[in-house]
Amino acid sequence: MNKIWLIIQREYTTRVKNKRFILVTFLMPVLIIGFGFGFGYLSATGTEHRKIAVVDPNGFIKTSLKNTNQIEFSFPIEVDTLNYNKKGFTDILIIPKFDGVKKTDYILRSKKSMGLMLQNSITDKINGAIEDKMLQESGIQQSTLDSIHKASQFAELKAYEDKGSSSKESNAGLAMGIGYASGFLIYITLFIYGSMVMRGVMEEKTNRIAEVIISSVKPFELMMGKIIGIGAVGLTQFIMWIVLIITLSSVAMGFLPADVQHQVAGLQQSNGQMGAGMMQASDAAKNIYTFQHTIQTANWPLILSCFAFYFLGGYLFYSALFAAVGSVVNEDPQDAQSLMFPITMPIIFSYLITNMVTQNPNTPLAFWASIIPFSSPMVMMARIAYGVPSAVSYWELALSMSILIGGFLFTTWLSGKIYRTGILLYGKKVNWKTMIKWAFKKQ
Amino acid sequence: MNPILSLQHLKKYYSDQKAVDDISFDIKEGSIFGLLGPNGAGKTTLLRMITGIFYPDGGEIILDGQKFNPIEDIQKIGYMPEERGMYKKMKIGEQALYLAQLKGLSKSEATEKIKYWFKKFEMESWWNKKVEDLSKGMSQKLQFVVTVLHEPKLIILDEPFSGLDPVNANLIKDEIFNLAKKGSTIIFSTHRMEQVEEICDHIVLVNLGKKILDGTVAEVKQQFKENIFAIQTSDPFTVKDNAIFNVVKTAQNKIHVKIQEGYQSNDVLSYLLKENVKIIGYNELLPTLNEIFIQLVEGTHASTRAFKADQ
Repeated sequence: MNKIWLIIQREYTTRVKNKRFILVTFLMPVLIIGFGFGFGYLSATGTEHRKIAVVDPNGFIKTSLKNTNQIEFSFPIEVDTLNYNKKGFTDILIIPKFDGVKKTDYILRSKKSMGLMLQNSITDKINGAIEDKMLQESGIQQSTLDSIHKASQFAELKAYEDKGSSSKESNAGLAMGIGYASGFLIYITLFIYGSMVMRGVMEEKTNRIAEVIISSVKPFELMMGKIIGIGAVGLTQFIMWIVLIITLSSVAMGFLPADVQHQVAGLQQSNGQMGAGMMQASDAAKNIYTFQHTIQTANWPLILSCFAFYFLGGYLFYSALFAAVGSVVNEDPQDAQSLMFPITMPIIFSYLITNMVTQNPNTPLAFWASIIPFSSPMVMMARIAYGVPSAVSYWELALSMSILIGGFLFTTWLSGKIYRTGILLYGKKVNWKTMIKWAFKKQ
Repeated sequence: MNPILSLQHLKKYYSDQKAVDDISFDIKEGSIFGLLGPNGAGKTTLLRMITGIFYPDGGEIILDGQKFNPIEDIQKIGYMPEERGMYKKMKIGEQALYLAQLKGLSKSEATEKIKYWFKKFEMESWWNKKVEDLSKGMSQKLQFVVTVLHEPKLIILDEPFSGLDPVNANLIKDEIFNLAKKGSTIIFSTHRMEQVEEICDHIVLVNLGKKILDGTVAEVKQQFKENIFAIQTSDPFTVKDNAIFNVVKTAQNKIHVKIQEGYQSNDVLSYLLKENVKIIGYNELLPTLNEIFIQLVEGTHASTRAFKADQ
């Protein structure tokens, strides 16, 4: 036990002291936060502005095409498809004569092609104008119409999750986000740390230090020491990232204008209800408040502890297999590629399943994929984000966890046997068939 | 004296061959023991069983009077494998410390001993260097230090001199004698016969997984001598084959003769004296270990076996 501890220490310290580790650990959160803010900034300021000249023989559409902050409609007289650009318009919209029966195309000509979202909104506006026109013709006053339009925009979904007698606000968007993010993180880390284990084993084998070490410790201890040591490196990196992201976001919040900060604080106090003095809270403040409020609806202690469990479980499950591959590879990295294939395939498949499960957490596929240990680390996280026990019952969680524990004990045992033989075998090409033969050979 | 190591009917079978097939021998405490054999003879497999890396399929290993226990007895053994390596990116001092601790030394004990050996081998300035900055010979020295650091009773060196220049080879050689004098037993595996003649007390030759020779260097030479004597004279002379001996080689002032069955070396001398040959030198020519080795191993297809190794 003492020796496995020495090995863990070595694996851990040599990696944590490595310059690349330090760089990645500190740069990653900076990049994530930077991208987040950069994206937010660009989407707030960088929208394109369109000045559209409308040629409308019907006349009634003019009143319905309302300007937005992206589109400015105007109805100039002597503009056609040849000269709209010269006259300072970005697009020209030619609406045909509306006869009240046939479906017709309107034409939009642009110097720069228009995005689908904008095109759809223009179509909606034109159709809305026609609808209004028809409603007016059947006797409804424009003023009545306007008040109906305004009053009918009242529904905004707020979902609650029933827990016995109490109910709790739930948010499917957040659940999807959390499920997707944690699935993705596990996916990436399985690859990063799994191949780190594999390279570590290969290093010991090609450096020929393996034989020196296994004359002092058991091969299994060497393998486990490496797996645990690198797993600890992974956990360290996660914890550092979480701490850094929280710190950096609060630092970034400090750069917001003082009035926005003040408004956010006000919204927090009034629990989102805009009191008399709060009517003028800006969009920015409202967005920040909604974001913070939504984040708080998730059961973070449960999600974080499940994440830790599934990250470690998935890592132990797969890294043992990566270690087995590393132990049979000789100097040629090409061998490693082809031997890794049966390990990387289930990881990639699980990731694809996770993407589906983030939207539908309760399909039979989601259930089975969250029980089978090859995919459960990623898929179960996507389901857990929707809530325990509302989306995942306690027995499912317990079953999935115990099968994962059994799974990694099995892969570790299997890989231990392959590793023992492989680590001292040089100059022979090994395939999975031989590896399985070693694994089930009596010692 | 009890043997420090005793192998009894040791066997290790791989799927398509018998790597070690019923080998037994004893090694006396404090001796320098040569384990010889061509490539693929089963030497490495034998050594891996003695170091506890492989479990034997049959037979027993008795170390220091007790049945060998790979976990308990690790500290009694120091093993320097033929294919040696180090962590390239790790500092030399840290690496030596790590390997010594894996052998069971405490950190302070290990540090003290590393300092002693580094000083002895003039390696003190290496502590913070990385292995990748060392030459092959330098890392060989480091490897040797790491092997003997924990003062094992049994030191196993597989080809310890390969890649060393004569100065460093001598340094290691002297140290091997030193360690044997202090009571350590050394198993020395090689196929460089001139080193074996120089260093080893006792040898065992294995081929195709079996022991084919066992004895002290002098005994083995006696066993394989062909009764050939060299005669040196002050004047050139000629002599013909006769009932007592055959001439096997002639040079100007020197001939080699093979004594016929039933005659002694003195019979040759008296014959030559009668012939009035002026003798200035007369000695028996014993075969070199190299010759014995080649004679025993040649024609057994030993070298082709190495490529079939499978487990």
